[in-house]
Amino acid sequence: MDLERFKVHGEPLIYGAMISIVLATIGIIVGLTYFKKWGYLWREWLTTVDHKKIGVMYILAALLMLFRGGIDAMMMRLQTAAPEMKFLDAQHYNEVFTTHGLIMILFMAMPFIIGLMNVIIPLQIGARDVAFPRLNAVSFWLFFFGAMLLNISFVIGGSPDAGWSAYFPLASLEFSPTVGNNYYSLALQISGIGTLITGVNFIVTILKMRAPGMKLMKMPMFTWSVLITNVIIVFAFPVLTVALALMMFDRIFGSQFFTMANGGMDMLWANLFWVWGHPEVYIVVLPAFGIYSEIVATFSKKNLYGYTSMVFSMIIISLLSFLVWAHHFYTMGQGVMVNSFFSITTMAIAVPTGVKIFNWLFTLRKGRISFTTPMLYTLAFIPIFTIGGVTGVMLAMASADYQYHNTMFLVAHFHYVLIPGAVFAVIAGFHYWFPKVFGFRLNERLGKHAFWWIIISFNVTFFPLFFLGLMGMTRRMYTYSEETGFGPLNMLSFAGAVGLAIGFVILVYNIYWSTRYMPRDTTGDPWDGRTLEWATNSPIPAYNFAVVPKVQTRDAFWSQKVDNIQLYEEKITKIHMPSNTGKPFILGAIFFVFGFSLVFSLWIPAILSGIGILIVMAAMSFDRDHGFYIPAEEVIATEKKLRGETV
Amino acid sequence: MKIDASKPLEYSTEENNNKIFGFWIFLGAEIALFATLFTVYFVMVNRFASGPSGPEIFEIGPVLIETFLLLSSSFTIGLAVHAMRHGYKKAMMVFMAITLLMGLGFLGIEIMEFFTYVHEGATLQTSGFLSSLFVLLGTHGAHVTFGFLWGTGIMIQLWRQGINPATANKSFIFSLYWHFLDVVWIFIFSFVYLKGMM
Repeated sequence: MDLERFKVHGEPLIYGAMISIVLATIGIIVGLTYFKKWGYLWREWLTTVDHKKIGVMYILAALLMLFRGGIDAMMMRLQTAAPEMKFLDAQHYNEVFTTHGLIMILFMAMPFIIGLMNVIIPLQIGARDVAFPRLNAVSFWLFFFGAMLLNISFVIGGSPDAGWSAYFPLASLEFSPTVGNNYYSLALQISGIGTLITGVNFIVTILKMRAPGMKLMKMPMFTWSVLITNVIIVFAFPVLTVALALMMFDRIFGSQFFTMANGGMDMLWANLFWVWGHPEVYIVVLPAFGIYSEIVATFSKKNLYGYTSMVFSMIIISLLSFLVWAHHFYTMGQGVMVNSFFSITTMAIAVPTGVKIFNWLFTLRKGRISFTTPMLYTLAFIPIFTIGGVTGVMLAMASADYQYHNTMFLVAHFHYVLIPGAVFAVIAGFHYWFPKVFGFRLNERLGKHAFWWIIISFNVTFFPLFFLGLMGMTRRMYTYSEETGFGPLNMLSFAGAVGLAIGFVILVYNIYWSTRYMPRDTTGDPWDGRTLEWATNSPIPAYNFAVVPKVQTRDAFWSQKVDNIQLYEEKITKIHMPSNTGKPFILGAIFFVFGFSLVFSLWIPAILSGIGILIVMAAMSFDRDHGFYIPAEEVIATEKKLRGETV
Repeated sequence: MKIDASKPLEYSTEENNNKIFGFWIFLGAEIALFATLFTVYFVMVNRFASGPSGPEIFEIGPVLIETFLLLSSSFTIGLAVHAMRHGYKKAMMVFMAITLLMGLGFLGIEIMEFFTYVHEGATLQTSGFLSSLFVLLGTHGAHVTFGFLWGTGIMIQLWRQGINPATANKSFIFSLYWHFLDVVWIFIFSFVYLKGMM
């Protein structure tokens, strides 16, 4: 076997990363052994099928990836901070911007949202669990091991380097000879299967497991947004599955899908990638809209304005999201008719999105607004996202796009859309729902500190990029000469990036500080909430609701408080729960070995792990564990304890 | 587990209902997957470069046998579900076994067909057309293979546990999957082979 293929050469930064990965791994293993936490880790987390714990693991993984992707971003801004910078070489810069995009979209934004979804959706609809708890664990471990597979690429064999969109022929074996794009195809494939399973699971959960009385048009807005998102997932992810499989066949088995000779067609990749890739934008943005809708209503103490139009605008956005993919390549030689069609459908998305913006503003109008940390992120989102939207309409005009395309203007635009439209939302949602999961709030003062650092630095980082783009600075350019005049604005942008990093460090410090010092909440309803998740105790007991609530109105919990419409009638009985299982974790781990073997064309381990996957699946099918019951007395005792009463 | 006796066994619990509904949604995703593969094939069908084109390699004989086997197996899995509804375990297992054997026969012929193509110099690497042909047929074939293993597993469970809400549910979902493979094959038969031989 040729061991040379596994090595990455030449970069002191990568050697440093290797050493720190090894040290961190040793540290974790020693720590777990020393504190005797292996059993706890296995029983409570690795084998869990509890949707709340799975959600927490998603969010933890997403936060880790936020820092990995964030370090990539810092490296890029540092490399371009001044002309003729000698920090990264061209190849390393290519790898850094590729993994930054991949990680932030697929392994940070989406899992963060899926994490919040996991924690909150069953609670919002008054359910005890998701429809398929074991499959939910499978989803998580496939995502997790897919993410790990991509993350080891930069120390074993080399990262993908053809951009996150991996256009052919650039991503072909001929022009990208490292194993980087093999990692790309397999890591995304494995985590993508996990996402598809999540999509199926949550559609069934939302459509079939709502509390009695909760009609579709009485669902909370976050639940609506997640339902629509999962429908997009189910129809978009199979396209990615095919695209990645064809990429794998081209690179590993020598097929001719995207080649320049033998009848291959490179534009086929661009089309397949964006038929998935554009809806993907809405997969991360729509749940964000749902989160903001919840927060705006809660902290304005008002019903959400225009509930029905909110729902319909999301449905329209989801349909249009499948009709705009070619706006990503106006300049790649399509005809005028094609460009016009995609130009019009793209601009049409501004209409339903505008409806939503106005609905949030009207919800704020005459509201009793409390400026909590989640509310601040929501208020900041509205103007910043609007800038992103308006520049988006500028880019949507095919003729004008010939000027902006592939410049920093585009980079500025999508950061102005995706950071407020996804990152601020998940941070806001994180602050908002944190007390529900852990039973105490995050510190407001530290939260606001982090907020101001993040909001101001965000604008300092990305606003200059609009001007750099208009000045003609193309994206993915690893260095430039002094005469271009790009230097000062890039330096300003780097300063902003440092500020953003400080903001995120404060945010994490806040979690640490609050865990130690914040008072515990025994009401279960620290924000005076409106929807069902606040009707149960915090932290949430394993069975969610001691008695399944009966819903009569929208914002059911609010009407219980205001109009005294009772949620619970029946008395507490024994509750059925699924048992923990280690099989999903093992399945994910074998998938990891399978992916790794294919990346390096190690056929024997690939075949063995492929058989292993089938064996674990069969074992899951033969499993006859039907779970267990929590006796009524135990439920009553838990309820009392969580309310702070002595048992 | 509450069992509702007024419904067929496979629908008799809430969990079973959810599983069947979830599987329909999964089939929606499968439709998207095969639709994408068909689109790729239609884009590639005339891009055979210096390799052979469809009419040069397709042969009607084996394809007709494949079609006969798969369509008949869709009928026998229907009979298996019918037997299940009447509680005839033995008949159900016989029909499932026939179904799986016909699936195996289908696979055997498909593999021989692939050997013939490769023998004639038509490989995955030859041209865009052949790459898309092999991947489309191969994906369907992989689904049949998986279905064979899955069906075998269900038969073992039926043999051990008999017909109960859990096994009935699994068998019914398997039958949906098998019918779906059949529908995909009808499209392959019409738009790949028949159209390719015209």
